[in-house]
Amino acid sequence: MLASPPSAVDDTVRKPCRLSLSDRIETWLPKIILAPTFVVTLLFIYGFILWTGCLSFTTSRMLPNYEFAGLSQYHALFANERWWVALKNLALFGGLFIAGCLAIGLSLAILLDQKIRGEGFIRSVYLYPMALSFVVTGTAWKWMLNPGLGIEKLVRDFGFHNFTFDWLTNSELSIYTVVIAGVWQSSGFIMAMFLAGLRGVDDSIIKAAQVDGASLPVIYWRIIIPSLRPVFFSAFMILSHIAIKSFDLVMALTGGGPGFSSDTPATFMYTFSFTRNQIGMGAASAMMMLMIVAAVVVPFLYSELRSSRRG
Amino acid sequence: MADSSNTQTQGSSRFGRYLIYTLLGLVCLYYLMPLFIMLSTSLKTLDDIRTGSLVSLPAHVTFQPWLDAWSKACIGVRCEGMSVYFWNSFRFVVPAVLISTLAGAFNGYVLTLWRFRGSDIFFSALMIGCFIPFQVILLPMARTLGELGIFNTISGLIFVHVVYGVSFTTLFFRNYYVTIPDELVKAARIDGAGFLRIFWRIILPISTPIVVVSIIWQFTQIWNDFLFGVVFSSGDHQPVTVALNNLVNTSTGVIGYNVDMAAAIIAALPTLFIYIVAGKYFVRGLTAGSVKG
Repeated sequence: MLASPPSAVDDTVRKPCRLSLSDRIETWLPKIILAPTFVVTLLFIYGFILWTGCLSFTTSRMLPNYEFAGLSQYHALFANERWWVALKNLALFGGLFIAGCLAIGLSLAILLDQKIRGEGFIRSVYLYPMALSFVVTGTAWKWMLNPGLGIEKLVRDFGFHNFTFDWLTNSELSIYTVVIAGVWQSSGFIMAMFLAGLRGVDDSIIKAAQVDGASLPVIYWRIIIPSLRPVFFSAFMILSHIAIKSFDLVMALTGGGPGFSSDTPATFMYTFSFTRNQIGMGAASAMMMLMIVAAVVVPFLYSELRSSRRG
Repeated sequence: MADSSNTQTQGSSRFGRYLIYTLLGLVCLYYLMPLFIMLSTSLKTLDDIRTGSLVSLPAHVTFQPWLDAWSKACIGVRCEGMSVYFWNSFRFVVPAVLISTLAGAFNGYVLTLWRFRGSDIFFSALMIGCFIPFQVILLPMARTLGELGIFNTISGLIFVHVVYGVSFTTLFFRNYYVTIPDELVKAARIDGAGFLRIFWRIILPISTPIVVVSIIWQFTQIWNDFLFGVVFSSGDHQPVTVALNNLVNTSTGVIGYNVDMAAAIIAALPTLFIYIVAGKYFVRGLTAGSVKG
């Protein structure tokens, strides 16, 4: 919310005499420059959230209409088995994806922090998946996890003829393939975050602990890892954000299938809004996604703004 | 950090080092494996794929899958390969990156060095744009693009990506300009330099690193985007990521795994290239703007 523009002219610039036109433009210029972004933010972020909120209270199906329907779309949403599958998958995928990335990222960062020769190269190798699109990652893993010709065949060719690895086509297990591909793509990035955190740990504390005779594992476990709390915190935020918005990876890897067994809220929203002509329910699911994100992100945003504010 | 050689005996320390290098090397293989498999599969014939193993090298290297993927593979009803969509992506990614970066630079400049009452609140309000799940704006945006007559056009995609990219670019520039001392601008103002002059002559020349970060970040994000592409475009106007997904998930006829893999590498090449030549800036962008995911 901008302060009412005319009165906000910087008082120090205002002179007793009348300002020339160019001076007046000058004092207004910063606000003129900011105005498009202001309008865009107001309309396309806040306005659209309200608009989607409104749609979720209507009977809209194929076309939006504005017939008030109260909470009936939300009732229908939570009576829909597919939505529950999506929520359950989000919890499963989110939990495993976050835990996997944190564990792998931290372990790799600690290993890489042991004065490793060629560290720069190794780091680049761990991090390159982040440059790829989730669609590319999905395509690659879809091929490797393909039961007929992928890893299953590879292991069988080694002589383990009864080996099965058909998670991609197994509706009980398909969501775990999304975890595998997601962890592959994002864990290197979390490693980079932890590595930066480790480099920021004060050496003198560690030296003091060594003098006291603490062993290396103890130093890591008791001193260094606890001091990485802020990194854990932001990594958690970022990963949960990726998990909640996971759409591309699921679409490319499993397409939400088999059936709808690997649906997530993001694919649910897409399917109901754009292919099944249930705009009202799509809007309701989008609002639920916003609330899930808010529940995770608001604490983070709050602390971030407080610490980054200048002065 | 912790120099362990003082406290441990030479022998066990050397063994530990070997162990660490072995582990790190194996993990390198794990990360590189999918890329290797994609590349090797894309150079195999379909027979080779069926008879050979997932990790074997091609028996006879063939570039036909690459040619097919580029100009012949059927995506939807059109059989002209990925090339159309690859150039589509460039046509909206480049303008969207440039516009959003320029807007972010100006916004960041105003929000740090020309602050006014309410500008901090505005910044916080803008930051929420980095956090919302885009599903919450899809339906109204589809409608709005339709009303504006730019649904399913390159301009429409430029518009959407600029609108939802500005939050990030503003964040980059604002956080960078916060470190510039106020005195620099104050001195220039006393010397009579105006808003734009200060920006062009003082601020922009010291902004190169953050401009590079912003361009790389935006390029990677917009090039890799799938959601906006699949919702706001169809047919000939789709970006390369959507085309790739359509190609791979087309269930008619013989599945050309080799062509799929070639197409996937084609879709990944521009961002991989940027990562290889400007990795340092890429990582900086990630840590600065990683909330987008």
